[in-house]
Amino acid sequence: MSDEKRESRPQQQQMRPGKGVRIPGQKPDAKTVKRVLSYLIAYKWRLLVVVLCIIFSALAGVYGSKFLQTLVDGYITPLITAKSNDMSGLLKEILVLAAVYVLGALSTFAYNRIMVIVSQSVLKDIRDTMFAKMQKLPIKYFDTHAFGDTMSRYTNDTDTMRMMISQSLPHIFSSLCTVIAVFFAMITTNLWLTIFVVIAAFLTMLLVKSIGGKSGKFFVRQQASVGKVNGYIEEMINGQKVVQVFCREEKTKAEFNKLNDELCANARSANIFANILGPVSNNLGHLQYILVATLGSLLVVLTETLTPGGLVAFLQLSKNFTNPINQVTQQLNAVIMALAGAKRIFELMDETPESDEGYVTLVNAKYNENGELVEADGRTGLWAWKHPHGDGTLTYTELKGDVRMFEVDFGYVPEKTVLHDVTLYAEPGQKVAFVGATGAGKTTITNLINRFYDIADGKIRYDGININKIKKADLRRSLGMVLQDTHLFTGTVMENIRYGRLDATDEECIAAAKLANADSFITLLPDGYDTLLEGDGSGLSQGQRQLLAIARAAVADPPVMILDEATSSIDTRTESIVQKGMDSLMHGRTVFVIAHRLSTVRNSDVIMVLSAGRIIERGDHEKLIAEKGQYYRLYTGAFELD
Amino acid sequence: MLKKLAQSIKGYTKHTILSPLLIMGEVIMEVIIPVLIAMLINCIAPTGEGAEGETNFIAVFFQKLIGTPSESGDMNYILLIGGSIAVCAIISLIFGSLAGRSAAIASTGFAKNLRKRMFERISHFSFRNIDKFSSSSLVTRMTTDVNRLQESFHMIIRTAVRSPSMMIFSLIMAFTINSKLALIFLAAVPVLVVGLTLIMTKAHPIFKRMFKRYDKLNRVVQENLRGIRVVKAFVREEEEIKKFNEVSGEINEDTVKAEKILSYNMPLMQITVYACILLICWFGASVIVNYNVFGIGEKMNTGELTALLNYTMQILMSLMMLSMIFVTIVMSRASAERVCEVLDEESTITDPENAIDAVADGSIRFDNVSFAYHEGKNVLTDISFDIRSGETIGIIGGTGSGKSTLVQLIPRLYDVSGGSVIVGGRDVREYDIHTLRDSVAMVLQKNVLFSGTIKENLRWGNENATDEEMKAACIAACADEFISTFPDGYDTYIEQGGSNVSGGQKQRLCIARALLKKPKILIMDDSTSAVDTKTDAMLRETMANRIPGTTKLIIAQRISSVQECDRIIVIDNGKINGIGTHGELLAGNEIYREVYESQMKGDDKE
Repeated sequence: MSDEKRESRPQQQQMRPGKGVRIPGQKPDAKTVKRVLSYLIAYKWRLLVVVLCIIFSALAGVYGSKFLQTLVDGYITPLITAKSNDMSGLLKEILVLAAVYVLGALSTFAYNRIMVIVSQSVLKDIRDTMFAKMQKLPIKYFDTHAFGDTMSRYTNDTDTMRMMISQSLPHIFSSLCTVIAVFFAMITTNLWLTIFVVIAAFLTMLLVKSIGGKSGKFFVRQQASVGKVNGYIEEMINGQKVVQVFCREEKTKAEFNKLNDELCANARSANIFANILGPVSNNLGHLQYILVATLGSLLVVLTETLTPGGLVAFLQLSKNFTNPINQVTQQLNAVIMALAGAKRIFELMDETPESDEGYVTLVNAKYNENGELVEADGRTGLWAWKHPHGDGTLTYTELKGDVRMFEVDFGYVPEKTVLHDVTLYAEPGQKVAFVGATGAGKTTITNLINRFYDIADGKIRYDGININKIKKADLRRSLGMVLQDTHLFTGTVMENIRYGRLDATDEECIAAAKLANADSFITLLPDGYDTLLEGDGSGLSQGQRQLLAIARAAVADPPVMILDEATSSIDTRTESIVQKGMDSLMHGRTVFVIAHRLSTVRNSDVIMVLSAGRIIERGDHEKLIAEKGQYYRLYTGAFELD
Repeated sequence: MLKKLAQSIKGYTKHTILSPLLIMGEVIMEVIIPVLIAMLINCIAPTGEGAEGETNFIAVFFQKLIGTPSESGDMNYILLIGGSIAVCAIISLIFGSLAGRSAAIASTGFAKNLRKRMFERISHFSFRNIDKFSSSSLVTRMTTDVNRLQESFHMIIRTAVRSPSMMIFSLIMAFTINSKLALIFLAAVPVLVVGLTLIMTKAHPIFKRMFKRYDKLNRVVQENLRGIRVVKAFVREEEEIKKFNEVSGEINEDTVKAEKILSYNMPLMQITVYACILLICWFGASVIVNYNVFGIGEKMNTGELTALLNYTMQILMSLMMLSMIFVTIVMSRASAERVCEVLDEESTITDPENAIDAVADGSIRFDNVSFAYHEGKNVLTDISFDIRSGETIGIIGGTGSGKSTLVQLIPRLYDVSGGSVIVGGRDVREYDIHTLRDSVAMVLQKNVLFSGTIKENLRWGNENATDEEMKAACIAACADEFISTFPDGYDTYIEQGGSNVSGGQKQRLCIARALLKKPKILIMDDSTSAVDTKTDAMLRETMANRIPGTTKLIIAQRISSVQECDRIIVIDNGKINGIGTHGELLAGNEIYREVYESQMKGDDKE
């Protein structure tokens, strides 16, 4: 029965076009880059060491390439010409080089090590901040953003960012250092060849970029196909039982094959271009190499500007110049994607958190010998609103559960008012029921009482206090909620019940389960109360999950209860048993009930019939039946409820 | 397992074989180039005595082809060699690109076949098979796991060929240039292999654990997002943050640990490469200037020295790649297992031999039927009853009493654990499954509409239904009245999961869909719970009038939905508690009376 579920999120439909849809090709702006860097600033000293190490490591590599020149020009050529075999000078040079190499390797090790710690700490920072921020967001955020979209910020977006910080950034920086160092080394070897290499490298880069761009285009298409195929798989696998009942296996297979082929074609094109990239840049490197070699040979032979050793070294250098440039070109794509991900992460962090100007808090209370209400240390079964005043005095108001709404207007979006002029009184201990069609505004009213949403106009008073003055956490603690969509968490049955009140003892949890009539099925589970529930309690039936949710609310022992279709999946016989438990629990406390089944609401003190956001009838069952209005028509089945 | 997966190469065998072959070609060209460059350098640099007798077979080959330089710095010769290199590079480029293309075609095709096979397999799963894997796990297996296997496959036919052949060919070249100096590689390779293996074996278990922790983190976020109203209603934000930080911290710890081990990788590589370069420079130079150092008798020249240095990089880098490939493949093993589990799963319900392909009538008989989802835990025990063709039967029972299970045995969605279910006079296990299911229409409790128009959804019931037939079925299911109010009528598009129609409308569409099958038996499992009582009554009436010959089984919560049935079965705890008409049960069945009273309570009250 998803009708009520939809009612609780009507704005999702209204705002569908504006939903946090990922816009492809978003350009990351300088602000995002700056913000990512700001996370790195905290580690600036370590990063300084990293930078120095990278520079040194790059220099060590260049020094090695340059050494070839020394080797050929300084030793081999003279020694051959001189027919000498005095190698002592060379030995010294080699030992120096060995020392440089060892230091180079050590600095590589050092910067890798430090980067591990820095990047992981930054990621943990970002992840934790994001989650903590998310917890502070109003329900509106969750209602207006697609679940998968938010989820992907924790998975895909964080992942691309991890790749960027721990791999791409150091890689790019080290490549840049190498390129710069090699560039100077080349210039000192031969200016003309250097100019040639730079031009060649630039052209190669353009080609690599254009192939990369083609591949990128197909990757976008591939992603779209992946989305379609995954969507189809999800829909069909979830509806597999229906597929079987209607013998539609062959049909769905054919449809799937069509989508699958399309995906295959797009993935193929994307991968072909990506695969060609390697051989192309590799062999263009070779071509450049031989051009340099031929040109260099000419220089050596025809002019005296280049020595043979210089050429050998230059060839090595030119390779070290082009390779990093191509790698950076390929890495840049990853960086751009990561920055887009970072932007989405920051977007989530920058959402306006739920505001809370409340200062009235909820405390355990007792009456002292003078009959005055005072704060108590432990649970007394009595609660009071602690109300600090401007002059520093405190007053205590007993929590009775008196909820009043006066001329309340509300809309999830400003343009569309969902509730009009709602006025209602729920006196302490009363059972107030809401009845009405989908979208009539039943759930919306309860959303306003617990301030998941704030009213647009009118006022709500809770025990005479403006609810805006009550701290949200305390307001919600005073309200027990059982929703139609019962969400259970991975953990044991006991832990799930204890979610209602963290300091509840095992006995209290079991007592609550008994009250909710859940004890009987729990004891039949393989490990009783220690049975591990996974995947939102997927092993349980919807009715059993609702019973657990009721137990969870019962253990919280709240002064006011909101039951939003809490028993819709429980059969009427079990429901009437649960009802008995609930009635004893709720004795003397206010209850708001939303139910589809009229038998659930019949014994309420007040029944409000809602239509299109207005209360059109109110009264108890007998009165409404006697009025022969909408309720009467509903009751006699002349009108459909969904 | 590998054999199972390898079957998915079918249709792409050519490219699967072509890709490694082409890569070999690319590698050979790439390996030849350093030798040519050596010749080029020898032509310009003073070479020592070694230049005259090229020992390398490639060099000898090319010398035969283009001759020897007439003098140091022979321009024509330089251009000739340059040209040769260019030709090699272009051939290598062509081979490489074609190999990349083949690899892409083969690997994406492999993934396609895999998905196709899995989907087919899942299509034939029985309910019991589906229950065994959860839907979400099946989805992951078909998406994430297949992707991972595609990557591995791609790597196997591309990088996993390239790296070892590059290494072997380079080693061969190094040996033909100077077998003594090449021994340096033979020393370096084991050092690197041992080092890399140590690093990988240490890091791998930590990575594996880390992935599990990531799953846990995602689960925490997922549950939090789904249950955000519960979190907020119980004011548990702080606890959720604590829970998240804990997992997040664990991930951090593990990642740092694993990556710290991996950070030995680069330096190890560098040290080995550097050591080789130094040794080659020293010994090479010694050999060139002073033929006989340390007993290295072979001659060598400057060009060959640079070639050896080039091979150093190629050999050692290939090793590095090889270790990465190894890790990727090992990591994809879990995915392979998960995919094979699906491929290996045999449907628990299969067509019998000599299957009967017609159902005689709509009679149903349960003969001492017992059923258990998990062995030893009977959900149904000792169920026996007889239903005549055309009868209307109501079934009533509490949450988890086994009503849905009972009716699911009729179209053989599950097989009985004991006893037998007889439809149309024959055991359901003797029928062709599609025949049986076409005769037994079932409206499931958890029913699903699919994305598509209303017509498309209705055609699930009958592929060839005409517009008139569809309209008739919808009228019978009381669905026509609301469909005709939609602007697009029967062409209205239904969103995934039917989220744009109300619960009651969805249920009536599902009933219409089932009616289009013109079944002999119609089972409605709590299918009108969201429909108001009046429409519900009308629905029952039209059905009684329009399909009188069809046996109808109605599971319901409301007594009003079943009280007019010919007979009503009361199920309690997997056993039949009573069978009879409304009046009989009201008089003689305690459970029935209680249910009745719980629903009529309000009326009795003052």
